[in-house]
Amino acid sequence: MKNSLRAGFKRGSVAGLATMGATALVLAGCGAPPEAGSGSTAGASDYTGCIVSDSGGFDDQSFNQSSYEGLKKAEADLGIKVNQVESKTNNDFEPNLRAMVTAGCDLTVTVGFLLGDATKKQAEANPDSHFAIVDFAYDPPIANVKPIIYDTAQAAFLAGYLAAGTSKTGTVATFGGMNIPTVTIFMDGYADGVKYYNEQKGKDVKLLGWNKDAQDGTFTGDFEKQDVGKQVTQNFLDQGADIVMPVAGPVGKGSGAALKDAKAAGKDVKLIWVDSDGYLTAPDYKDIMLSSVMKQMGDAVETVVKDDKEGNFDNTPYVGTLANDGVQLAPFHDLDSQVPAELKSELEQIKKDIVDGKLKVESKASPKA
Amino acid sequence: MPEKHPPKHAANEPAGNAQEATSADESTAAVVSVDTAGGAMEPSAVPATAQSGQLPGGPDTLLRRIFTGSGMVSVLAVLLALIIGGLLIASTDERVATAAGYFLARPTDFLTAVWDAATRSYLALFQGSVFNPRGNSVAAQFAPFMETLTIATPLITAGLGVALAFRAGLFNIGAQGQIIVAGILAAWVGFALHLPLGLHLLLVLVAGIIGGAFWGGLVGLLKARTGAHEVILTIMFNYIALYFLRYLLNTPAFQRPGEANPISPILDPTAVYPQIFGTQYRLHLGFLLAIAATVVVWWLLNRSTVGFEFRAVGANPKAAQTAGINVSRSTILVMALAGGLAGMSGVAQVAGTEKVLTDGVAATYGFDAITVALLGRSTPWGTFAAGLLFGAFRAGAVQMQIQTGTPIDIVLVVQSLIVLFIAAPPLVRAIFGLNPRRRKPARAARSREAATTGGAA
Repeated sequence: MKNSLRAGFKRGSVAGLATMGATALVLAGCGAPPEAGSGSTAGASDYTGCIVSDSGGFDDQSFNQSSYEGLKKAEADLGIKVNQVESKTNNDFEPNLRAMVTAGCDLTVTVGFLLGDATKKQAEANPDSHFAIVDFAYDPPIANVKPIIYDTAQAAFLAGYLAAGTSKTGTVATFGGMNIPTVTIFMDGYADGVKYYNEQKGKDVKLLGWNKDAQDGTFTGDFEKQDVGKQVTQNFLDQGADIVMPVAGPVGKGSGAALKDAKAAGKDVKLIWVDSDGYLTAPDYKDIMLSSVMKQMGDAVETVVKDDKEGNFDNTPYVGTLANDGVQLAPFHDLDSQVPAELKSELEQIKKDIVDGKLKVESKASPKA
Repeated sequence: MPEKHPPKHAANEPAGNAQEATSADESTAAVVSVDTAGGAMEPSAVPATAQSGQLPGGPDTLLRRIFTGSGMVSVLAVLLALIIGGLLIASTDERVATAAGYFLARPTDFLTAVWDAATRSYLALFQGSVFNPRGNSVAAQFAPFMETLTIATPLITAGLGVALAFRAGLFNIGAQGQIIVAGILAAWVGFALHLPLGLHLLLVLVAGIIGGAFWGGLVGLLKARTGAHEVILTIMFNYIALYFLRYLLNTPAFQRPGEANPISPILDPTAVYPQIFGTQYRLHLGFLLAIAATVVVWWLLNRSTVGFEFRAVGANPKAAQTAGINVSRSTILVMALAGGLAGMSGVAQVAGTEKVLTDGVAATYGFDAITVALLGRSTPWGTFAAGLLFGAFRAGAVQMQIQTGTPIDIVLVVQSLIVLFIAAPPLVRAIFGLNPRRRKPARAARSREAATTGGAA
């Protein structure tokens, strides 16, 4: 009984699969073969740019992905060769980096503070190779490593001011993936922006999820569990918040889902994305996307590669600020009409003040000048 | 007040009875002790028997199949996984995709591309894990092999821990947590204390092993005393260890001065394993300790009384108890030993390769160790060999990515396929026609025929 059933199932499935496979082949295999010897790539350079991810991988919708896209852009624009290797665990950092150096990379980009030690070790062992590390800086600096860091608090300050000025309920919220400096710098700036709004306007907009003085707040614990992000956001909504800024990579999608549900239930809620322009990178949440706090990592990586290719490498940290457009507040896109013109001009003025140094945005996690 | 008494009394009772039973075990005839076990002793020892689901059952239990399966099945499983892996690699290859577009016009292109993609990847895997002929010195040519040994080190020791527990009938999922606790203690001793050369490393090693043994032994204790299932206990202990580690890494005591990133200071130079073949390789003393651990576990299981008791408990806890073996004591001891072995992996991580403590200190070694132990059929040397194989896979994965652009996930898919085939030997036997119970060659041939004709059409 059991055997015959199994055999029947097997025969049926094999026949079915074979038919499907044959159909697919017939449908797919009708193209014309290429002419022999037509495969040369034009304008290829000998310069090789390489990148090693941390355990997030190049599809993390965060700094690994942005940096990788920057390098791919350099490949397209500058005609360089690109080598990439993803780390699955912290153990892979050192072998991956060494393999990159052995493979003849001119510049190797490493992503994140976790790679700090491994990058330092390889840089010191290979003084002729160049390195760039995203979101980490050395003290003292290393001759052949260029840090790419961001004063994200500046752009997050604008986001905080915007949120406070747009909120209908007088309560806004933020939460992070983990309590680490690259995350809390967003939350610090956001908190200060809200505070500044309250000072200027004599209002009392409340911030949930982050206490700048205590340097503690709400965290989901990792950058993976979207359901936790949804839960946390739901809690914020229950406490009266109507604008939420998740600083947790893909976990932000959980937040977006909770806000979408709330909007479907008739609440006027909005989302502030981080790292990239969420209107473009998380289009599911277009209709609630107020703005984004952007770190232009791709551009920075491309610039560093370009400089190095032209022989202009140096180890001075690249610090992304509002002044050099390394960090920005994204356009309001579909929600443009919901931001009053007065608020827009105030934001312009604040941006100008920050760039001119009239307004100081300080975070414990800010790059030390 | 009176409400307080009954629970307290109840909590005391099992322990008290267990003690009585233990003395009964030792002093009186086996028959008497079994009677005790049937009645009063229930909370402590009997659940250990009843709950280790895999063991007391019929001849077809998973563990038994793992122990009795032939080495041939292992080889075939790896072979099968490599073939399927090769097809997967080919399916992700750009040239194969292009050639498939004009399959009908020039099918040879497609087949060559498939063959090329698979062989290039496996060649890169070999060059990244065993021998790289393109290295510019003998040292560089053998560097991949040294890397394989380095990565294999924590896999072997943690795998031995899992294998040892398997032999005693315990499904130890907790190597991950045991590595983490060992890593915490070893790293702290390594960066917070400043001791002379030799003594410092010894203390790091001891701290790590004690940490792991404590975390594993606790599971053994809870299981022996309360009958709670070790799978649930170890899984939850993994979470406790991980989140406790994350908490610690957010406290200044475990951070570098002046930094707020969750990464510990670098261990003192006196606290790390010396590199046994010089500084150009990462291979460290931990590998020699892993060999020593393999020998010790082999001796323990095959030559010692304690090991005999473990195996007896693993084979049939009830019978072992009848024979006068203290099942509770064996459970606690084997879990502590398993934890101590996993603890050696934690030390290999913080004192061998990483030299710092991060929340990724255990990587995925704790779970890979289960695979390694399964693949090694729970024997010490089998586990050793399986650890080397997995080390080679991991080391070679880097070259596979760089040379051919094969996604690292594909390498992990191949590894997972191996485990799948190992854990289900009848599947492999059926595929290769080795299954003695299967007497339907005609049908198998017919379905194969269907497949070929289908493919040709």
